[in-house]
Amino acid sequence: MPRVFVPPSLRDLTDGLAEVDVEGGTVVAVIEALDARFPGAAGRLRQGDSLKPGLAVVVDGEASAMGLLQKVGPEAEVHFLPAIGGG
Amino acid sequence: MATADLRSTEKPAYKVIGTRPVRHDGVDKVTGRAQYGADVRLTGMLHAAMLRSPYAHATVKNIDTSKAEAVPGVRAVVTSADLPDHGDRMVELGEGAVNMRHLATNVLAGDKVLYKGHAVAAVAADDVHTAREAVKLIEVEYELLEPVLDVRQAMEPTAPVLNDDVRTQSVGGADPGDDAKPTNVAKHILFEKGNAAEAFETAHLVVEREFHTATVHQGYIEPHNATAVWNADGKVTVYTSTQGSFTVRQQTAELLRIPVSDVKVVPMEIGGGFGGKISVYLQPVAVLLSRKSGRPVKLVMDRADVFEATGPTPGSYIRVKLGVSEEGKLVAGDAYLAYEAGAYPGSPVGPGCMCIFSCYDFPTARVEGFDVCVNKPRTNAYRAPGSTNACFAVDTVMDELAAKLGIDPAEFRLMNAAEEGTRRVDGPVYNRIGMVETVEAIKQSEHYNSPLEGPNRGRGIATGFWFNAGLNSSVSATVNLDGTVSLVEGSTDIGGTRTSIAMQFAETLGITAEAVKPAVVDTDSVGYTDVTGGSRVTFATGIAAVEAAKDVMAQLVERAALVWGCSADDVTYSDGAAHGPNGENLHFDEIAERLNTTGGPVIGSGTCSGVNQSGAFGTHCVDVEVDPDTGKVQILRYTVAQDAGTAIHPDYVEGQMQGGAVQGIGWALNEEYWYDGEGSMRNATFLDYRIPTCYDVPMIETIIVEVPDPNHPYGVRGVGEVPICPPPAAIANAVHQAVGVRMQQLPMSPPRVLAEILKK
Repeated sequence: MPRVFVPPSLRDLTDGLAEVDVEGGTVVAVIEALDARFPGAAGRLRQGDSLKPGLAVVVDGEASAMGLLQKVGPEAEVHFLPAIGGG
Repeated sequence: MATADLRSTEKPAYKVIGTRPVRHDGVDKVTGRAQYGADVRLTGMLHAAMLRSPYAHATVKNIDTSKAEAVPGVRAVVTSADLPDHGDRMVELGEGAVNMRHLATNVLAGDKVLYKGHAVAAVAADDVHTAREAVKLIEVEYELLEPVLDVRQAMEPTAPVLNDDVRTQSVGGADPGDDAKPTNVAKHILFEKGNAAEAFETAHLVVEREFHTATVHQGYIEPHNATAVWNADGKVTVYTSTQGSFTVRQQTAELLRIPVSDVKVVPMEIGGGFGGKISVYLQPVAVLLSRKSGRPVKLVMDRADVFEATGPTPGSYIRVKLGVSEEGKLVAGDAYLAYEAGAYPGSPVGPGCMCIFSCYDFPTARVEGFDVCVNKPRTNAYRAPGSTNACFAVDTVMDELAAKLGIDPAEFRLMNAAEEGTRRVDGPVYNRIGMVETVEAIKQSEHYNSPLEGPNRGRGIATGFWFNAGLNSSVSATVNLDGTVSLVEGSTDIGGTRTSIAMQFAETLGITAEAVKPAVVDTDSVGYTDVTGGSRVTFATGIAAVEAAKDVMAQLVERAALVWGCSADDVTYSDGAAHGPNGENLHFDEIAERLNTTGGPVIGSGTCSGVNQSGAFGTHCVDVEVDPDTGKVQILRYTVAQDAGTAIHPDYVEGQMQGGAVQGIGWALNEEYWYDGEGSMRNATFLDYRIPTCYDVPMIETIIVEVPDPNHPYGVRGVGEVPICPPPAAIANAVHQAVGVRMQQLPMSPPRVLAEILKK
């Protein structure tokens, strides 16, 4: 099952849990599963068909340009981090 | 210059990669024939000038342009009223989502000006002198507001608030809602790994220090420029100096609410960018003026405009606390970072938070960051944005810990180094990285092991990290009958990337670098390509070039099979030639010569998307001498060791290492925006804003470390950004060894160093 590393600011919804295992083969499915277990989580992470502005998703150490559509393996790590740009 | 052999595997026998061919654009550059934005001249072209705010913070009550419009020779005047209203629209612009209202009002101020130099109106006239005189006749009624220039003052609840639509957002946090009180604190970031507070209780030694860094500019030599033509058919062409023609196209189209396909951006040669030439400033204004006047319009900044109105990198306040065991292993880290965003949200505090502990393996840590609006120009990217500030803080404390523990500073870093498999404080786990190898390279270097004699002299080291980006790139290649290839790309060439891309294409196809003719073309002539930024071009556009070469190779194999009357499955291609099943060979030149009789043109294409880099590390070593009477710091010797993955063209790798280090030296010792109490920058010229010259720095020695990135076919890692990170910390550590004072504020200018010496 993919493991979501919960951002500290989201842990008020996860009873303080820093890591949560949820079902899902894509980032959007993982977010929906997270939301089913911790209502309100989806609204913190996505906006319509996209991640919330300024947010990036990192799956198994790789920042994804696919966002919500990124595939997630059964043993994957999923992180939600600030989006960054280079100079 | 040296290349350290620290690979875990044997280096392949490349024929082109690792050589140093003459750059393809070299003759144009050294003869002055290369065309820059300021060189653009079009028939009927007007010249424009900008009216900028004399105040750092004010409400704009009224703008009267009538007197300017009445000046003979004036053809158009524009203000923010000519821009569409963008509401709360957020648009994805390649390297992140952008608030269009903020972008629009930065281009032309709306009902408020938020920094001195903020653009208010523009005039296009028959000549630039008329435009400048007419600008003076524009009457603006301002209502002055109190400015706030210091990041921590701006965070106070009583501070004047710049933007009434800014509330504090956090990653994964609850939406503050429109009812929340407007604030200057636009973003709050928090990372936690384990329980740092508990771990500090177990530490043998804890050091906590505060750091301040000044606002500094990228300092590119070529000012911003744009020439725009709004054609009678509604199609727009923009000639400009930019790091990303496609992002200029999208920003311009989104700002003016016109179809992106109606805008063509022609990237001119670029005289430096370093992150500062990604956002648009002049381009939409030139387009508006052209639409109003019906003529081409050229708009060019002067140096003061560049300093006062284009993205510097933020000043910051950082607090770092580190705890170590008796044996010298890190047990906990805690960091607090507050970065100035400038007038609108968007400082690089996010990457600052992600970089601050990135070089080391922390079992526990807590990092908290704040993005804070102040009455300065909106900050923009600058080489490894956010990382240099953070590196200065953490690597100064690392040095202090090493000294207190009596451990060699390089050894202390190695004892705590991040490596493949280390979990970062922000969560993800490292792929193959070369942190250890760069420290080892310095530790083993002749420089580090040489004696440093004489009074008031000291040696310091520091290590920095930057992520490097992947993003999107496109390349197409046409085989010519004479055995050359025309290679078309969309990546603006800032550091010799035409050649580094051509070399990867040549290596793949088995031809010479000189047989490839690279060209950077406009947005109508190549596939979408993201910015030349994030140290990504040699990596990502290189991958696209490799894919294009493979595409060409497959077609050449088919042509050879046709000649030999066999199946393409029976033909192989290597060393620049196709090889048939019966020992036949056709060299690339021979196949090219016969293209028109074997099926016509061969055109290959390649793209790169969704491939990430594994990160870059650099360790620097510096010797300084401090004048105890004046506080002046002289750089005596400087060595950069950096992981380049695989150095495609070592000259350009070394050039980036040297250039980044020199910019970091300037940041460390001299550069800062000097503001008066009203928020007016008082040193907006290169005479008073001191970037280093060749008189200030010795030859920067380089050690190229090669730990191949597994995500690139040749192992490339970007090299453009990380060399700016270590210099301030390395120099501060050297100053401490020289005169016994810990510098915790940048720049370490003579008065500041002297003040610390006198405190002793």
